[in-house]
Amino acid sequence: MIEIQELCKDFGPLRAVDRISFAVKKGEVLGFLGPNGAGKSTTMKMLTGFLAPTSGRAAICGHDVAKSPLEAKRALGYLPEGAPAYGDMTPAAFLDFIADIRGLAGADKAQRIATVVKKVNLEAVLHQRIETLSKGFKRRVGLAQAILHDPQVLVLDEPTDGLDPNQKHEVRSLIKEMAPGKAIVLSTHILEEVEAVCTRAIIIAQGRVLFDGTPQELAARGPLDSVFRSITTGDKVAQAS
Amino acid sequence: MKNTIVLFKRELAGYFATPVAYVFIFFYLVAMGALPFGLGGFYEREQADLQPFFAFHPWLYLFLIPALSMRLWAEERKSGTIELLMTLPVTMGQAVLGKFLAAWAFAGIALLLTFPMWMTTNYLGDPDNGVILASYIGSLLLAGGYLAVGSFLSALTKNQVIAFVLTFVVGLVLVLAGTPVVLDPLASAAPSSLVDAVRSFSFLSQMNTITSGLVDMRALTYFGSLIGASLLASAIVLDLKKAD
Repeated sequence: MIEIQELCKDFGPLRAVDRISFAVKKGEVLGFLGPNGAGKSTTMKMLTGFLAPTSGRAAICGHDVAKSPLEAKRALGYLPEGAPAYGDMTPAAFLDFIADIRGLAGADKAQRIATVVKKVNLEAVLHQRIETLSKGFKRRVGLAQAILHDPQVLVLDEPTDGLDPNQKHEVRSLIKEMAPGKAIVLSTHILEEVEAVCTRAIIIAQGRVLFDGTPQELAARGPLDSVFRSITTGDKVAQAS
Repeated sequence: MKNTIVLFKRELAGYFATPVAYVFIFFYLVAMGALPFGLGGFYEREQADLQPFFAFHPWLYLFLIPALSMRLWAEERKSGTIELLMTLPVTMGQAVLGKFLAAWAFAGIALLLTFPMWMTTNYLGDPDNGVILASYIGSLLLAGGYLAVGSFLSALTKNQVIAFVLTFVVGLVLVLAGTPVVLDPLASAAPSSLVDAVRSFSFLSQMNTITSGLVDMRALTYFGSLIGASLLASAIVLDLKKAD
């Protein structure tokens, strides 16, 4: 349901993303790993149509993101990095706005909003301005916004960043629960997260795909963080002791 | 169309969700009320019209419109919500238009709240209400044109202060283009056709035509094309440098 072919992005002389290709099928949860500045967010921004690629193409549910952006964006739920939201709105007003933009109306809209509010536990802060909320709640507002229209494709840029261990656990459970019906891509630099929720892992550094396989294959190479280090820096895998 | 309305409503509600709206309207009304009496000789002229009132609008808008337009896009960039907005199923045109119309509607609400000036004049004398209506339309058009320019300049930066200063300077040039400050030196050096062209691009001369009671096609074309061109430029700039 997600297709990326030979995607490249240049920022001036810097090649941030270098010929990245992959596809994600329904039911798959793809973990996107890499050091800071590896090109994870840039790839996601191109996949979601926010940035135009220098070359290559991305498609969501068969809709080319560059040629039919509206169709692609309708099929997509996206949590951008840092979970931006309009701070002067309450979560209730914000979700109402997103629902209107997504074309939800009437009983269907009310029911969808109620469902996602329950799923991400937003009841307690529904009528507080978003800018007054804690980081964890802001992240959950962003998640609620992304899954509001029950999209077939979900792109989550660091969904658990800044959350406490309990909140991380909740978000991971939520992702696993939604996984069977969707194609999900999430980026993270927490290695355990890949083992916990992903069916597949891609490691990128300096804009290139360096590993593409299951978390089990990754784990079989040795302790996760030294495998990660060896893949992204070229060092030898430290022997597990 | 529907998305434009949804964005318009969110944006307009956003003005009233913070003290910004109330502070803005308060100062707007104080200035609009005080200036005609204090500096404009509203009483002393002993004429039942709102000429002294409307004469101040271009100058007041120089400060008030940039304050309104600076946040239009600079804030979306700063807070990162531009990424959210641009990955929702809305077109760039809908987003630019919805946000601009909300700012314009807000300026319109503030303008409407000056109605006690109109009532006072009608109580004190027998003004030409046709002229007053034309002047209100002119003031609204001026606000719209200037806001559209501000929308474009706000799209260029993520810093609201820079957006304010840019919009103020461009507005100042557009207002002064109709005064002797610009026209006199120009007249000694340039052909009169150029002087006339510069004068006709000025906010001030467009306003003067309208406040004399004449909303003619030239003024409508002027403000219409100013709004259209500025919004188009906003959309192009946003499309080119969304992520910067």
